[in-house]
Amino acid sequence: MVVFEKPHALTDAPLHYCPGCTHGIIHRLVAEAIDELGIEGKTIGIAPVGCAVMAYDYFACDMIEAAHGRAPAVATGAKRANPDNIVFSYQGDGDLASIGTAETVHAAARNENITVIFVNNAIYGMTGGQMAPTSLPGQVTQTSPYGRDPKVCGYPVKVCEMLAQLDGPEYLERVAVNSVANVRAAKKAIRKAFQNQIDGKGFSLVEVISACPTNWGKTPQEALKWIDEAMIPYYPLGVYKDRSKEAAQ
Amino acid sequence: MGEKVLMKGNEAIAEAAIQAGCRHYFGYPITPQTEIAAYMAKRMPKIGGLFLQAESEIAAINMVYGCSSAGMRVMTSSSSPGISLKSEGLSYLAGADLPAVIVNAQRGGPGLGGIQPSQSDYFQATRGGGHGDYHMLVLAPASVQEMAELTVKAFDLADRYRMTCMILADGTTGQMMEPVSFDFVPGEPVAKPWATTGTKMERKHNIVNSLYLLPDVLEQKNIERYEKYEKIKETETMAEEFMVEDADIVIVAFGIAARVSKNAVIAARKNGIKAGLIRPITLWPYPEKIVAKAAEHAKQFISVELSMGQMIEDVKLAVDGKAPVSLCFRAGGMIPMPEQVYDAIAEADKKLKGGN
Repeated sequence: MVVFEKPHALTDAPLHYCPGCTHGIIHRLVAEAIDELGIEGKTIGIAPVGCAVMAYDYFACDMIEAAHGRAPAVATGAKRANPDNIVFSYQGDGDLASIGTAETVHAAARNENITVIFVNNAIYGMTGGQMAPTSLPGQVTQTSPYGRDPKVCGYPVKVCEMLAQLDGPEYLERVAVNSVANVRAAKKAIRKAFQNQIDGKGFSLVEVISACPTNWGKTPQEALKWIDEAMIPYYPLGVYKDRSKEAAQ
Repeated sequence: MGEKVLMKGNEAIAEAAIQAGCRHYFGYPITPQTEIAAYMAKRMPKIGGLFLQAESEIAAINMVYGCSSAGMRVMTSSSSPGISLKSEGLSYLAGADLPAVIVNAQRGGPGLGGIQPSQSDYFQATRGGGHGDYHMLVLAPASVQEMAELTVKAFDLADRYRMTCMILADGTTGQMMEPVSFDFVPGEPVAKPWATTGTKMERKHNIVNSLYLLPDVLEQKNIERYEKYEKIKETETMAEEFMVEDADIVIVAFGIAARVSKNAVIAARKNGIKAGLIRPITLWPYPEKIVAKAAEHAKQFISVELSMGQMIEDVKLAVDGKAPVSLCFRAGGMIPMPEQVYDAIAEADKKLKGGN
């Protein structure tokens, strides 16, 4: 009897992520959602620049690799070309909240009918641990070696809170993947973000608080704990916008 | 020629794109090309197409990237400062072998420069614009009719070679009105089995990508792309030759500069000066063989440009030291008068005769 399988929407390519990194969990949740909704054959994924750059080898659906930060614009082009396709972007914090801020904000403002998976691990992982737009005040990184000083480099960008101010987006939720309960909630949110697109509801973004033990200088277990102790207090989990639900109430 | 209509060059480009099967246009306002966006905004919704105003030039070119990945004939347009912003995307389009048509209605630079016509993006266009080893096809129209015809050709070339094709126009050719007919036939649609339109669970996934972390693989990709470029040089180079056959003095000029120069050549011939004109229509590939052939008999070349002298480098490369090459220019948005070009020809003629 089969009790556990790799989702069909993931290829057999071995993931390159570091030990304890939670990108693998998030990839799996996205693939499970694609499987359950039966949309692999019409789904187009947009890979970012950053740790998930090679997502194009891991997802079994058609994939496009975008320039740094431009995934929402690339997704817009792909979705407008073939509105029957299901188009999602998978982006990190440097990609989505720093270099690609304009593309993110305007795709949301247009209520572009796409799904955005936003992985927030408060660091630039691929380039070796530099300060991200989401790095916490006081957080030590390669480019904030004495801790992020808001007087010098300002404050972190809270993406869900920021986008919630716009009339455009349909659905914004922040989740985490550092516990079984949080992973289950994350799965539900990711599936909803795809279902919204199928239903033609518009821009749906799920921000996933993710662990980067390598660049945080922590063990995998310490990293999961740090999400509870430092990340979630600064980035509270929850639904920031759900227009259809609000309209129904 | 069929029925002719009076149109601005920019509008002719937009209408020709639609007739070439382009149903997706992404743009951002900038003078002097905004008529293209305005035309598309008006026409596209009526014919089931899409006009989308992007939040920036960068977003527009990346929307083009996504739309081209999906297999569509897609276009964007801008003017010089906007093309600089698009250059990142141009490099990615090249790296992913994606077809697209880009219009540059050039204005004076550098920086914000001005809004008057210029040809000072020649280097940027013919050398690629963005980072890395690549070329774009570059077409240079000199009339409104050619704006239309070369736009249709641009879509065919882009699809055939999986390359970006740039229409390198300028503020003059974009803004001027001339009669134009649209009785040309676009080429056969090209199959795009590489497009990301969904696997339908019937094939392995398609990947549109420009990342190759193994240097030997990336080198091989670049070598293959350059082999393709060599074939294009053989088959797609275009230029107009006017009274070149017996010319002592050969003007080389493209776009609006060529039209100005033609008047000067006619005037020179009337005064017994053996002048001729080579008008490159493809700027990449450059018509180097045509220029080299003229260098077998011509005694002087004059590059006429709306810039501080950019194409002159390609003229010199093609002439290969067989004759002197001089520059006749206006820059910053100024346009040379035929008299200025005539004077340059007359002066060259005087020197040549004085030397006999």
